[in-house]
Amino acid sequence: MSSNIDNQIICVEKISKFFGSFQALKDVSLSVNIGQRIVICGPSGSGKSTLIRCINGLEQQQGGKIIVDGIVLNDSSDSLTKIKSRVGMVFQQFNLFPHLSVMDNLTLGPMRSKKITKIDAEALAMKYLERVRIPEQASKFPSQLSGGQQQRVAIARSLCMEPAIMLFDEPTSALDPEMIKEVLDVMSELANDGMTMICVTHETGFARGVADTMVFMDDGEIVETAEPEKFFTKPKTRRCQDFLDKILHH
Amino acid sequence: MKKMYLFIALAFILAGCSGNWGWYVVNPTTEGGFVNLKFLLSGLYYTILTSLVAIAISILIGLVVALPALSKNKYLRGINRFYVEIVRAIPILVLILWVYYGLPQVAGITIDVFWAGVIALALSDSAFEAEIFRAGIQSVDKGQYEASHTISLNYLDTMRFVILPQAIRRVLPALGNQLVYMLKMSSLVSVIGMEELTRKANELVVTEYRPLEVYTILVLEYLILILLVSAAVRRLEKKMNTGN
Repeated sequence: MSSNIDNQIICVEKISKFFGSFQALKDVSLSVNIGQRIVICGPSGSGKSTLIRCINGLEQQQGGKIIVDGIVLNDSSDSLTKIKSRVGMVFQQFNLFPHLSVMDNLTLGPMRSKKITKIDAEALAMKYLERVRIPEQASKFPSQLSGGQQQRVAIARSLCMEPAIMLFDEPTSALDPEMIKEVLDVMSELANDGMTMICVTHETGFARGVADTMVFMDDGEIVETAEPEKFFTKPKTRRCQDFLDKILHH
Repeated sequence: MKKMYLFIALAFILAGCSGNWGWYVVNPTTEGGFVNLKFLLSGLYYTILTSLVAIAISILIGLVVALPALSKNKYLRGINRFYVEIVRAIPILVLILWVYYGLPQVAGITIDVFWAGVIALALSDSAFEAEIFRAGIQSVDKGQYEASHTISLNYLDTMRFVILPQAIRRVLPALGNQLVYMLKMSSLVSVIGMEELTRKANELVVTEYRPLEVYTILVLEYLILILLVSAAVRRLEKKMNTGN
């Protein structure tokens, strides 16, 4: 992976993570440049989600170093607060706030953590709802929307915080097949606009079309890093080849 | 169900009227009976006031006590356990007596009947409220905290805007139960002389020597009051559930 220090926005250095005695991450290092679009794939339990959850502080790593946008993530709540506001995240299960309307879901973050006025926050929310192409759903509640629409609201909610990096944790895995495309389309547009993204996903079409770097993880380690074309056609490692065989030919 | 209760109560009263019992003491068509009924009903004010103030305080204490139970810190969790176990172990009547007769001596303050009753009821109930809130908060999905994290909400905002509104909706039936329970338990503060429904009934029994008739009215007073409160709580639940 080409990494230019001036351009670097995320630096993960030899981080480890244990859940009890299970080691989910083993000395994992990853460097991400501004505008880079990384897709992480690998078998379940390989540490993909754990890795990106460490980057925004949802999990605390044990050992190693994480620097995001020049901020070293450490135990101080100050660094965590700063990093949280720089990193957006979209979850497999959407995690929208069910008791709030779509509009309130979107304005809560900007109003409470950035102290933006309600009017400005609503304007911001409309801007991003239009970007994910569901401005007409603003007054509805999450339960009234389809899965695809909910996930797009979740993306808009993250964008309202105007993050420098977006993390996607299997954003289409909980969706019905016919709704996957609408979410991937929104993500592709985001990528085209230059957003720095790390996506954990098995959507190979999306990966080929959008990613500039593929990362393959297995057993808590980054096994292979390559450009998509090389990755899908000529994987270097056996483990990666086995995995691709499973997801590509079924 | 409601109708059936009322029917049984009515049948009971009518049966009594036909016998040689003393329903005249509470017969509103006679002057004496009317005065007595008014006297009994005048206890309603303190029953309702005491219960409402006590439940409001106990909900606040319960919430404050519930939050440390969710902490990762075991000492904070310990504080919660300690409070809940101790308070839950003291009978309400004992707590009422202790707060009214004991607390002024310990704390060197004077405390009137009303506040002694309210404090004792509120403390006693707060342990249950704490457990209710703990269960409600724990039932909210972990993803809600994570989503709050990603939009940079701090702990208090996460609780206030995301977790508690969902938790409270879920525990509303249980909170309604506690309110009903509180209305009933407020009868115990009659022992320290608060002029609520039960105390009024006791006083009338002493002057009229008609316990059956007076206490039957007392039963009806609580019954009607609590059925009304239950209906109100159910309406509130319905109202809060629209939108979900």
